[in-house]
Amino acid sequence: MSLLNSITIFVLAVFIGFEIISKVPAMLHTPLMSGTNAIHGIVLVGAMLVAGSADSTLEQVLAFIAVVFATVNVVGGFLVTDRMLEMFKRR
Amino acid sequence: MTTPLALSQTAINFTYLVAAVLLIVGIRRLSAPPTARSGNVIAAVGMTIAIVFTFLDGDIDEYWLIAAGMAVGTVVGVASARLVKMTAIPQMVALFNGVGGGAAALVAASEFHRLAPGGGHLAGDDVGAMLFSALIGSVSFAGSLVAFAKLQELLPGRPIVFAAQQVTNAALFAATVACGVLAGATEDGVWMVLLLVGALLFGVLLVLPIGGADMPVVISLLNAFTGLAAASTGFVLENTALIIGGTLVGASGTLLTILMGRAMNRSLANVLFGAFGAAPPGGAAVAASTDGKSYREITAEDAAVMLAYANRVVIVPGYGLAVAQAQHAVRELADLLEKRGVDVKYAIHPVAGRMPGHMNVLLAEANVPYPQLFDMEDINPEFPHTDVALVIGANDVTNPAARSVPESPIYGMPILNVDEAANVVVLKRSMSPGFAGIDNDLYYNAKTAMLFGDAKSSVEKLVAGVKAA
Repeated sequence: MSLLNSITIFVLAVFIGFEIISKVPAMLHTPLMSGTNAIHGIVLVGAMLVAGSADSTLEQVLAFIAVVFATVNVVGGFLVTDRMLEMFKRR
Repeated sequence: MTTPLALSQTAINFTYLVAAVLLIVGIRRLSAPPTARSGNVIAAVGMTIAIVFTFLDGDIDEYWLIAAGMAVGTVVGVASARLVKMTAIPQMVALFNGVGGGAAALVAASEFHRLAPGGGHLAGDDVGAMLFSALIGSVSFAGSLVAFAKLQELLPGRPIVFAAQQVTNAALFAATVACGVLAGATEDGVWMVLLLVGALLFGVLLVLPIGGADMPVVISLLNAFTGLAAASTGFVLENTALIIGGTLVGASGTLLTILMGRAMNRSLANVLFGAFGAAPPGGAAVAASTDGKSYREITAEDAAVMLAYANRVVIVPGYGLAVAQAQHAVRELADLLEKRGVDVKYAIHPVAGRMPGHMNVLLAEANVPYPQLFDMEDINPEFPHTDVALVIGANDVTNPAARSVPESPIYGMPILNVDEAANVVVLKRSMSPGFAGIDNDLYYNAKTAMLFGDAKSSVEKLVAGVKAA
């Protein structure tokens, strides 16, 4: 994949990121922050790829911690967002 | 050694496309109340797809390492998300954000160690993206930990300032970037370590001078940082899922930060560099003027009678309600009043509590009917027709200084005009100032009566009083 491809995807994602939350009520600011917080846990994919191809002990240690951190980010992030939103459900 | 199940890169990229669509749909649904919860689930499904299919990437051959890390992370993540108290959720979000940033920095550091043999073999764009992830990820990690410590009250919530702070921070940042440039030029690990250390230190110094009341905005900003750090690792690893997922958060997080600032009528620069709520320059003068003014105390019984015989009551919840976990007692009080024919509404300031939406979450937990909650714009015209405004542990969001005192640090912030109600009853633990550290003239208003004590026990006394009335 060329650098230009990466940049193309990046620029389009910037526009989508701005567009999709243009109008959001204040009561959802925190759940939305928490939900997007979980989504950057996608860095787990990077941590997995790095852990999978680590050559030295140092790299294995760094990648292992990265996998742990990113998993906490993903799992904790989605669960805590769900806990917040659970309370908004209509009766 | 690759798994027999290993998929082609094209197939994996296709699953990443599916995951990206689900993430986008998820965020979109998260931004509207009726669909928010399903949006979170959809985003989680997209994430799961990306993770599962990454396992089938032919380049991966250390499964045990990944599986062990994910097991540990899952246990920690589930336990902390389940056990945290509702009032502590802002700092938990900060912590989850911090570890995400840390992960991005570690991914970059590990790739740097693997690929940098020393002596200009790395492609310029790869090394640039690596250094960017390492820098921003570390800033986000350290900054989030400080935000956590402030909200958890391990560090003082007030701004921590020292002489020449901004010059120091700017110099540190410049030195850190210089280490990054040297790391890229020499591919020597020492510079990478210095870059990481400098970035961590900068993250700490960036958040220290910011007051506790601004933490939600700061966490949102660091959230966007972590998104960009994750996207940047996508450039290094040439991975579309990382670029799209990270960038979506970077962009939407930046916009969300601006929206949050706007709800408080603050610019981002003002939040970051304004040292909001610092010991005010006229601190002594403010304290002295407090002495000159008098406030009126009221007993729970008298306040209960006032409420029971009112026609319209507006309840204004704030952080004090959250701390005392008084939401169920408040609901009981409102139900009792409604049974007596009193019209009860809740006034929700967008930044009441310590995170936007904090009050909605708490009141929803107590099953307060959704139609009784009113946003600031909708409730403010009602105050002049309101008999009693019952302020429960809210302070800065009711401070008339925001309308009338241009010198006040909160001047210009939209507030709830509770002082326009015929009577104001304020439930508060003591006369101490609120989170912004400034005095509230509302308490010295002739129509305001103070009911001191823990919000929950005060509300329970009001419930007993209304029953007896």
